[in-house]
Amino acid sequence: MRIFDRFVGRLLISAARLLTGAYANWLGCKPEPRQRLYFANHASHLDFLLLWGMLPPALRHKTRPVAGADYWNASALRRYVIHRVFRGVLVTRGGGAAGSDLLAPLREALAAGDSLIFFPEGTRSPDGEIQAFKSGLYHLAHDYPQVEFVPVLMENLSRVMGKGEFLPVPLICVLSFGTPLALAPDEAKPAFLTRARQALIDLLPAR
Amino acid sequence: MTLSADLPLQLSARVPEAAREATLWLFLGVGAVLVFASLVGALLRWRLGPQNSVVANLNARIKAWWVMVAVIGLAMLGGHTGVVLLFGLVSFLALREFITLTHTRRGDHLALLACFFLFLPLQYLFVWQNWYGMFSIFVPVYAFLLMPFLACLGHDTTNFLARATQTQWGLMICVYAISHVPALLALQIPGFAERNLLLVIFLILVVQSSDVLQYVWGKLLGRRKIAPNVSPSKTLEGFLGGVASATALGAAMWWITPFTPLQAAGMALAITLMGFAGGLVMSAIKRDRGVKDWGHLIEGHGGMLDRLDSVCFSAPIFFHLVRYFFTP
Repeated sequence: MRIFDRFVGRLLISAARLLTGAYANWLGCKPEPRQRLYFANHASHLDFLLLWGMLPPALRHKTRPVAGADYWNASALRRYVIHRVFRGVLVTRGGGAAGSDLLAPLREALAAGDSLIFFPEGTRSPDGEIQAFKSGLYHLAHDYPQVEFVPVLMENLSRVMGKGEFLPVPLICVLSFGTPLALAPDEAKPAFLTRARQALIDLLPAR
Repeated sequence: MTLSADLPLQLSARVPEAAREATLWLFLGVGAVLVFASLVGALLRWRLGPQNSVVANLNARIKAWWVMVAVIGLAMLGGHTGVVLLFGLVSFLALREFITLTHTRRGDHLALLACFFLFLPLQYLFVWQNWYGMFSIFVPVYAFLLMPFLACLGHDTTNFLARATQTQWGLMICVYAISHVPALLALQIPGFAERNLLLVIFLILVVQSSDVLQYVWGKLLGRRKIAPNVSPSKTLEGFLGGVASATALGAAMWWITPFTPLQAAGMALAITLMGFAGGLVMSAIKRDRGVKDWGHLIEGHGGMLDRLDSVCFSAPIFFHLVRYFFTP
């Protein structure tokens, strides 16, 4: 079954690439087999599929997208795709029970040595602009200093399939991978989150 | 000598018999040129070293040419349908590059979906049907009027005119203009029945060799820049040398066309001049948008539109010149 799951994964990636002609721009780092957390701007449902698809297969199988449990657990097909094809890490959005750690599934995956794909805005941007980051990224950077935090700017995805659209328009998407970021000693939460967001904005080409 | 007799009949069955022999010879000719170019590329690489970026780019271009010629050859084995499908796909990739560089907004979503999934397939359907009365006006009349209306449904008037014009331009250049290449197959030229495929090859060979020869002449002799603000790599020497030699090449190919040698030279001259205009205009758009290439689809060349900018401008003119002077 594992072979079939990977085949489905390839199929989905090919479809997404055919549609978007996506290509990766490894600017600040190379695709290396290190434990990483790729954090990117979030504009469409295609986002993590494309980012995941841009990684070489060997890295891809060790990299798991973080996705919202409410959306992905809603139907049998979605459950199959997120669990078996992407081996996604599901989080409950919009606050769970008081005191529960929303990041627990992510910690589990990082502790097991997996890499993650993470969208620190928490939800898809309504207009394509990069929103303020939620605090999750800071907590993970604080607790897992050995992990490389790689900013990935995904261009044009809001135009391809913005929030509320059902059919994608085929446009070329560029995924720019920036220089890995680490939490500085004594760096406060807001400062780190602002710096991380700026790292994404800095990857925008000057136009 | 009959070459095509050796080719398995099933393989070339969709290529009209009248065009088979000449098509095969032309592909062998292009293959010979590419073998020669590859040898020169290898020699330059050996002499100047693999670090030389001009030589590396040259070799990437030659390698991409092999692939492009193979793809065109495969499409031609599919006959009329194969050629229409190939250029439909080419239009799709070109339009994708064009719209990527425009300033569309969320309100354009429906209009853009229509461009890619309604107007483009319909235009090629009409071309495939040989329905001249429709494909020659479909984009400028029907798509042109329907598209801004669809954009209105997005309830966003910011830069509306600019958005509508840019999208319309994309459709005209990438879909309408390019579709005139396979439309050549629909022309009914007396005494030239079943051989229209050769007109497609004539156009592609003249326009692309003009690009290549302008590049070669420019690299060898180029001094005076012809339009430094628009396209810094184009030189007067490259332009004159390229146009002259591509026109001569076109004249030398008169035997595959319904033209006399002089007429073939005239057609080739019109094609190369329009191709030059297309290269310049498309370059101006790139410069305005702050990019060097339209995309990254073809190694060494850039995007689909980087290879096709000259075809976009020459195909409709060539089509109408042939239609006006050579069909009843």
